[in-house]
Amino acid sequence: MNIHEYQAKEILKAYGVNVPRGCMVKSARQAGKAYQYFGCDCVFKAQVYAGGRGKAGGIRIVRDEAQACDIAKDLFKKRLVTAQTGAHGLPVKRLLIEEIVEVEKELYLSLTLDRRTSRYCLIASSEGGMDIEDVARKFPDKIHKLFIDPFLGVKAYHARPLCVLLGLKNKLLDEGIKLIQTLYKILLEKDCSLLEINPLVVTKDGRLLAMDCKINFDDNALFRHPEYEKMIDFSQLDALEIEARKFDLAYIKLGGHIGCMVNGAGLAMATLDILKEYGTEPANFLDVGGGASREKVAAAFRIILSDKKVRGIFVNIFGGIMRCDIIAHGIIDATKEKAPHIPIVVRMDGSNLEEGIRLLAQSGLNIEIVDNLKSGVQKIAQMMKKKKTAA
Amino acid sequence: MAILIDKNSKIIVQGITGKSGLLHARQCRAYGSNIVGGVTPGRGGSSIEGFSVFDSVTEAVLHTKATVSMILVPAPWAADAILEAAEAGIELAVCITEGIPVRDMVMTKRYLCHSKMRLIGPNCPGLITPGECEVGIMPGSIHKKGNIGVVSRSGTLTYEAVKQLTDAGLGQSTCVGIGGDPIVGMDFIEVLKLFAGDVDTKGIFIIGEIGGDAEESAARWVKENLKKPVAAFIAGRTAPAGKRMGHAGAIITGGKGLATDKIRSLEECGVVVAQSPVKIAEAMREALNKN
Repeated sequence: MNIHEYQAKEILKAYGVNVPRGCMVKSARQAGKAYQYFGCDCVFKAQVYAGGRGKAGGIRIVRDEAQACDIAKDLFKKRLVTAQTGAHGLPVKRLLIEEIVEVEKELYLSLTLDRRTSRYCLIASSEGGMDIEDVARKFPDKIHKLFIDPFLGVKAYHARPLCVLLGLKNKLLDEGIKLIQTLYKILLEKDCSLLEINPLVVTKDGRLLAMDCKINFDDNALFRHPEYEKMIDFSQLDALEIEARKFDLAYIKLGGHIGCMVNGAGLAMATLDILKEYGTEPANFLDVGGGASREKVAAAFRIILSDKKVRGIFVNIFGGIMRCDIIAHGIIDATKEKAPHIPIVVRMDGSNLEEGIRLLAQSGLNIEIVDNLKSGVQKIAQMMKKKKTAA
Repeated sequence: MAILIDKNSKIIVQGITGKSGLLHARQCRAYGSNIVGGVTPGRGGSSIEGFSVFDSVTEAVLHTKATVSMILVPAPWAADAILEAAEAGIELAVCITEGIPVRDMVMTKRYLCHSKMRLIGPNCPGLITPGECEVGIMPGSIHKKGNIGVVSRSGTLTYEAVKQLTDAGLGQSTCVGIGGDPIVGMDFIEVLKLFAGDVDTKGIFIIGEIGGDAEESAARWVKENLKKPVAAFIAGRTAPAGKRMGHAGAIITGGKGLATDKIRSLEECGVVVAQSPVKIAEAMREALNKN
């Protein structure tokens, strides 16, 4: 789960980590007032669920009041297109306004899971302010890692050499150690999957300050933090993805024309791969999951149908826990009010197959039923082609 | 011979009185697995559909001499269940549960460094030695006894692969689903090592997917250590970067974890990679004929 920079900084602040003085605003008028309040040069930062904002024009420096409203208006008008958002971009509904600080040095700190060791890993670099992947490519010797033993946590003697490598001295050395320990504490207590401070700056007046911060939460741990639900900015999510979220469906919009409903993540990925192999473009990734109910299957099918780009549907089910009759019932329920007039191919195999086929065959829906993946993909590809030629 | 489980394995089910616990205990028993009881704290001393229920794993082990535990405990308590199994002296825990927080698994995995217990999963379909024993949730009927060892990060995609193998006359020695989470118990290499030493396994099929670099490590290990023919399929060739594709571990981050990189590594190490999910049996045959 994503949150905005300003929310991440609120968490840091609550744990006593220094962040620039700032506030979040939702309108140009509020932005003007905030500027007045700070009474100094400020930076306006668009709050979107993506990185690469600076290069995309989402971070602007404001030096006088007249400018403040205009720049804010301009930012709020935008769909910000960054290297991470895709061509469609993301709407800007919130700005973080912060006072500008004088920077002496930019550093980098992050905590995330290292899958190879199954441990949390602290990454530190003296090259802050740029993408850490770029640093890894250009200056691999300037990336320092600490693999944290969860039984020990981060002791001072673990953090000290890293802080020395970052060039922190005297009072800042102690502050750095404390900061690293605090970040690890936040990571655990808040169940973060990523906590990144980039850049962490040393200011001209000798303070250590988190200038930018990105936090992701572990989706599997949300049950421990019911308060996170309120932090979601729905303007940053696709309408169909919000709907899928309500039913706890793994759904990702992809932009093609063939809607997909599959059980199991691996099979769903493989289904997208083979659809592309046959020259068609999938509209979405959708895993209905193992123990889904009839209602959940119906919701999944409705979501696919309500994607305006969808011109054909491919259902690929290998029943295990999931039963074919539940899939059939779900599809029938979802199409009760209005029968869809697009090609639909259903491939089913596994538990309760006969009942599933019987239900679909008797439903009166125009559905092609096949018993293996290959004929399913061939069929839908063929039908899409025919449709295209007919049009 | 197969690996990890056979017809003599004594199995308990943690969470046996839950809906899915009972369902799969029943299904495994119907397949022929020797389910000797189950654990649900607070329900000890009772029995359900002929399964004896115990309050703790220790108690269950004491009375049944079970060495294998299938864990179907809801995510908030699943890591606790794994640790309990380890302390009670279980030798193989198979955790089916999906959605365990990463922080819990970091701790659990650290503890298991010093434990003799092997863990399969979490977030996995379990494992099966066809014709003998199933500890998991896969449809048993698609499997056939034979000589192909299957190891996979996926669930239903494994069923797809197994079905194709069976249809092509390629039976299986043991099929192991290691799980789709970023932290799992046994990894590809640990399972491959067992297949390497198993006389019943003549060829191996690996099913991987985007995210992490477990497939790359497995490829190197195969090249350096394994004399048996290996084929593979990697799902997610067309997956977009930065999106979690259903499994918690299936995500391309910072240009890492791409399917194309995994496929290249595997091919460079002599593994035959199926170019399409419908060509799994073909790839396995090609690998078998190559050697």
